[in-house]
Parts: sequence; structure tokens; C-alpha cells
Amino acid sequence: MSWFNANTDKVWDLLLSHLWLSGLPILLGFVIAVPIGWFANRHRRLRGTILSLGGILYTIPSLAFFLVLPSIIGTGFLDPVNVVVALTVYAVAIMVRSAADAFESVSPAVLDAATATGFAPTGRAFLVELPLAGPVLLAGLRVVAVSTVSLVSVGALIGVSNLGSLFTEGYRTDNDAEILIGVIGIVGLALLFDLVLVIAGRLLMPWARTPRQGRSPVSPIMSFAQHLRGGRV
Amino acid sequence: MIEYRSIGKTFADGTEAVGDFSLQLPSRTTTVFVGSSGCGKTTLLRMVNRMVDPSHGQVLIDDVDVSTRNKVELRRSIGYVMQEAGLLPHRKVIDNVALMMRLKGADKKEARDRAHEVLETVGLDSSLANRYPAQLSGGQQQRVGVARGLVTDPNILLMDEPFGAVDPIVRDELQQELLRLQRELDKTIVFVTHDIDEAFLLGDQVVILKKGGEIAQVGSPAEILAKPANDFVSSFIGLEKGHRKLHVEERNGTRIVVDETGKATGVLSE
Ligand SMILES: Nc1ncnc2c1ncn2[C@@H]1O[C@H](COP(=O)(O)OP(=O)(O)OP(=O)(O)O)[C@@H](O)[C@H]1O
Ligand SMILES: [Mg+2]
Repeated sequence: MSWFNANTDKVWDLLLSHLWLSGLPILLGFVIAVPIGWFANRHRRLRGTILSLGGILYTIPSLAFFLVLPSIIGTGFLDPVNVVVALTVYAVAIMVRSAADAFESVSPAVLDAATATGFAPTGRAFLVELPLAGPVLLAGLRVVAVSTVSLVSVGALIGVSNLGSLFTEGYRTDNDAEILIGVIGIVGLALLFDLVLVIAGRLLMPWARTPRQGRSPVSPIMSFAQHLRGGRV
Repeated sequence: MIEYRSIGKTFADGTEAVGDFSLQLPSRTTTVFVGSSGCGKTTLLRMVNRMVDPSHGQVLIDDVDVSTRNKVELRRSIGYVMQEAGLLPHRKVIDNVALMMRLKGADKKEARDRAHEVLETVGLDSSLANRYPAQLSGGQQQRVGVARGLVTDPNILLMDEPFGAVDPIVRDELQQELLRLQRELDKTIVFVTHDIDEAFLLGDQVVILKKGGEIAQVGSPAEILAKPANDFVSSFIGLEKGHRKLHVEERNGTRIVVDETGKATGVLSE
């Protein structure tokens, strides 16, 4: 505790960097993955290929990814952009499958009714398909959020400061308290993201008390535990 | 007037849903397509609003071939009511109805006012307007479906087994309601059902269909009952089971209407 009291400003700074280093990839991943998932669901033949591609991207070890990215996109070695780009790719990789499932979960009868009553294709996509895919999209996004928050910490290994820096530094200086604060900070942040998403879901989708065909792929907590164990590094 | 001109539909998988079908549906009347499952009723209905495009032949509305019209515009000009109502689960009742007005370019206030008005017309309590469809009974959802079909005041209303999924008492209510509405509104209604009683109750013109959209008989209910064209029709309308052949017997001094099986079905009013 005394360590924390002496370093509040530093922890706060690291928390803020962690926040945007994870928030940005979550947001970008969602925005990029949803249209791809919609497309994959629309074109049944390409669906398998697109989803496997996502699966393959996700198996790239994150540390290796952070290291080779600068030479691919021409950024500096310590540039936080590397972390944001890599994590966005992972977010897209997970989210595309959820998005395809989400659009598949929308009742064909409702879509047919929408068309028959005079929705044009674009109007139908935005006013009917997207909101009705919402519950399953949200389930997928929650997984992406927790996994991204924990993955950011790997960035500390290549010198991009975030709460993970407390692990590397605490390990080097044999400071258990510092490591513990790091863990608490990351878990707290993950729970915060999850809470925000759940509340946003309640507000945006008051009609969906429980997702009807909710096929949440993995529970967020399970996937979070897996990442904390370092399964990905 | 809606006119089918030698129309046929074979689906991509080779199923011939409709072989060769021609018929005129007079304006401001109700035409009912009735027949057993898979005989092509829905296919015929959906060719009117281009949800299905025919393999050959034409559908004309007031002498204009529908294939020359923009699909979306056409659908917006025709009311469509289906089984299970087909409401948008994520929109409140009022918005489900108002959305049709919005699609046609009405402003928010105008759309809502009109939606409230038409919900009242179909006999739905205004306290239900702010519920989601899942919070309504099947019969109430069906009323909302009818309201949605009517909200833009279309000349044509297509109804595909709209009352098929509700219990007999509610169905009875909805049928009476539709008859009342039709007396007021004078739409050209195309109604699909496999219930012959419903067909006779609602139809000015009843079309009895066999497989492949083949017409077994067309006529008013009275014409069909008086002169069934063939055995298929007699059996379909239940003449053979004796439920429709009624005679009068005197029992305990009252004149009772009895069917061929001896079951009393009503009294004769003087
Ligand atoms: N999209 C489609 N692709 C292939 N076959 C179809 C399609 N839609 C309908 N059919 C077939 O066409 C035939 C007529 O179908 P339709 O839906 O018009 O029947 P229906 O009279 O409405 O039956 P029901 O009373 O069961 O609704 C059936 O054999 C059906 O299997
Ligand atoms: Mg049908």
C-alpha cells in the first residue's frame, strides 16, 4: 500500500495509457469487423474463408506481432501505434466471427417482413439487421474488450507504457506490491469496460432483456482468465 | 383491379409452385385464395408486390404490369399482413406502425399521429402503443400487423393467413373486425387461408386452388355452395361430410336446423 501511495500519479498515468491503448482497438475492431461479418453472412460461400482467415490472424503470437509490425507499417519501434494496430487486428479477428453469427441469428421471417413492407436494402441493413444483431454483437464485443485489456500489457515488454509496465518493473525490482497493483488495475479496467458495455446494451436495446438466440462464444471471464495466464504471449 | 395473366412460377430448385394461372380480382372487393398447404397461395400473393417474380406471365395492377415498377416503391404502396404478424421485435408497437409512414417520407409527428389513429381503428388500446411486440398477445400482435398494413392507406391489402396463429375465439373477433373495416375502407383485399369457413366468411370472390395453383373453382361463396364444380370442390368445402347440408326439423315446437349427421346446428329465425 505504501508503494501505491508514493506512486499514485504514475499508476494513474499508466492506467490512462492502458485505457486508450485498449479502448481504441476495441472501438476500431468493432467498426471494422461488423461490416465484414455482415458480408460474410451474406455470402455463404465466402463465409468459411473469411472466418478461417480471422482464426489464423488470431494465432499470431502477440509479442512477435508487436516486433514485426514496425517493418510492415513503417512505424518506430517504441511507437504505441504498433500496439494499437496489432490489437485492432486481434479484435477484428475475434469479432468477425461473432458478427457473422450475430447477423445469422436475425430471424429470416422478420427480414422478409421488413422487405415486404417496403424497406430498401440499405434501410433494412441499418434499421433492422444491425439492431437485431445487437445482442450477439454485444456478447462478442465483451469478449474482445476483456481480451484486449489484458493483451495491452504485453506491450510493456516492447517498451510501450501501460499497466503492464508495473509487471515488468515489479519483476525486475522484486516488488510484489507493484505487480499486485498492476493486476488489480488491469482486472479493474476489464470489469469497467464490461460494465460499460452491459449498461450500454441495456440502454440501447431495452427490447432484448436476454438475447434470444444469444450464442456467446466464450464467456468473457473465461477468456480473460486465459489471457492473464499468459496463454497468448 | 389486379389481374393475373397466364402467370407461372418455377423456383430455382425446380419446384413448380404455380403452373398457369389467370384471374381478375375486382377493385374494392375481397378475393380469397383457399387451398391446402403447398398449393401456391403464398407464391401467388407475393407476385403482386414483387416479393416473387413470375417465371412467365404478368401481374397487372390497374393495367400496369408490376414488373415495370420499382420494387421498393411498389411494396410501399401495398399493405402486407402476414401470419405471426412479422413485427419488428426491437421497435415499439407505435413505431412499428409509424415506420411505414416514415418510409414514405412523412415527418415524425405526422407518422405518429396517423399511427395512433389507425391503432384505434383496429381496436387496439392506446396503452399498448408503447409496448414491444413480445409484450403483446398473439391476437394483439395480429391487430398491430393489420394496423401496419393500413397505416399508409394503400388501395391494396395482401393478407397471408393473418389469423392462422391465434385461437378460434380471437380469430372470430379478428375476422369480424376485418369485415367491419372493409365495409368502412373499401380496399382491394387479397386474402390467403386454408380454412374454407374463413374463405366463405370474408370473400366476395373465393378461389379454390389445387396443387400448382390450378383453379378448381372461382365464384362467390353462394355460387360455390350452390354449384360445386367437381368432387374436389365438394369435398374441399365439406359437402360430403354433411356439415353443410342442412334441413329443418321441428323439435319441442321449435324449428331447429340440423345437418346430415343429425347434429343440431342452429334455430330458424322467423
Ligand atoms: N423460395 C422457394 N424455393 C423453392 N420452392 C419454394 C419456395 N417457396 C415456395 N416453394 C414451393 O412452392 C410450392 C408452393 O408454395 P407456397 O408457399 O406458395 O404454398 P402455400 O399454398 O402458401 O402453402 P401454405 O399453406 O403451407 O403456406 C411449395 O411446394 C413450396 O415448397
Ligand atoms: Mg403460404
